[in-house]
Amino acid sequence: MAKPIDQINWHELEIGSVVTETGNAVQYETGSWRSDKPVVNMRQCIKCGVCWLFCPDMCIVRAEEGHFTANLAYCKGCGICAKECPVGCITMINEEA
Amino acid sequence: MSTVRRGVEVSIAMADAVAQADVDVIAAYPITPQTHIVEHLADIVAEGELDAEFVPVESEHSAMSVCCGSSAVGARTFTSTSSQGLALMSEIFFIAAAMRFPIVMALANRSLSSPLSIWNDHTDVMMVRDAGWIHIFVENGQEAYDSIFYAFRIAEDPQVMLPVAINLDGFILTHMVEPVVYEDNDLIKKYIPEFKMKNTLHPDHPVSMGCFAMPEIYTETQMSREAGVVNSYPVILKAWEEWGGLTGRHYKPVETHRVEDAEYCIVTMGSFGETAMEVADQLREEGEKIGVVKIRLWRPFPFEELRKAVLGKKYLIVIDRAISFGGPGGPLALEIRSALYNKKGAPSIVNYVAGLAGRDVSRKDFRDIILEGKKKAASDDTDGFILYGLRG
Repeated sequence: MAKPIDQINWHELEIGSVVTETGNAVQYETGSWRSDKPVVNMRQCIKCGVCWLFCPDMCIVRAEEGHFTANLAYCKGCGICAKECPVGCITMINEEA
Repeated sequence: MSTVRRGVEVSIAMADAVAQADVDVIAAYPITPQTHIVEHLADIVAEGELDAEFVPVESEHSAMSVCCGSSAVGARTFTSTSSQGLALMSEIFFIAAAMRFPIVMALANRSLSSPLSIWNDHTDVMMVRDAGWIHIFVENGQEAYDSIFYAFRIAEDPQVMLPVAINLDGFILTHMVEPVVYEDNDLIKKYIPEFKMKNTLHPDHPVSMGCFAMPEIYTETQMSREAGVVNSYPVILKAWEEWGGLTGRHYKPVETHRVEDAEYCIVTMGSFGETAMEVADQLREEGEKIGVVKIRLWRPFPFEELRKAVLGKKYLIVIDRAISFGGPGGPLALEIRSALYNKKGAPSIVNYVAGLAGRDVSRKDFRDIILEGKKKAASDDTDGFILYGLRG
């Protein structure tokens, strides 16, 4: 894994700032953008995976019991999962609440 | 080394040079006064004389986009444009430099609208001055022909990897028939062998180009670009030195004419240089101790060479072909003032802007500028610029 971006010196960059290592978008934790977070009511969840399918950031992961939860390090709080959930078990809660 | 001169339109000579450089991709949209360059290239490709893709795009924005794409897979890529075309492609023009694609462009300099004009000045190139390309100005047909080869040589150097714009004055140069010596293909092949890019778009070696950057890394990417342009300087000198050795035609970042014992100099960029030298020679016979300084390399700017040429002179008359509205003068004078500021023996600078949108600047005009500039230099008021030939 490459160095974190805030530790790379300018002369270490490839010409044209080409990124030669794949998968490093994982370093960029977009969770800091979030103002609302998705909270799942596990009792209501039917484990269908629609939220997982729709999440544009692919930050929803399947837990061992079969439920789906968002990885808050990457979840931007867009609310698409809450909107698409067929049983309405996901609620967007203000981070500061 | 060839010695046979042939009479040829400069645009055609440039297109022939591009074919000799064995480019792989040409993407261009026709625009006056660049048209003859790309039309002739389209002919050459259609006739099967050059094994290249000519992509007749629907706009200049697409032209530069195609160039970036073809360059990203390691194809030798050429394009050409002017004025409004450059303005339309400007978004991708900046990206080509940032992504370090060794594209070569013939930029047939023309004024920008409005009012609409198809004639020559340097307004278009000054718009993209800070895009991070290497900018070279040529002043005659032979220089235009030669420039294609050294431009690819410089652009594709692994230490450089930058796009190069060859600036030539629209009509004044593009449409002129001049004597040009063509070099043999063998010599060209030796001078610019096939090149291989370190990182290309290839499914076997996936890389990401043109990524998104956070504030934490953007500054570093810009320093990398700055270093790329600055470090191209010795490579440019070496490319010219080798070209000089092969052809007997030598190029320097700052060209000088009768400067050594001159009291003052006229400074030009582009095709003005030819007329300036003629007029300077006449004035020399009349006892004027004048020299001519011609800026060939615009980016990276040749600070040291300029200082070496002009420090100790009484004054300089800098002729610009563009205006920086509301600024301290034309872009060339601005650069020269800043290069000489606080330097011991710095001459005072009188700045003229002349030849906008193709208004003819004849030998008589040069003479007037030089003699009027002399009086101006003797006065205390040398700030700003004078719009030469302005009525009212």
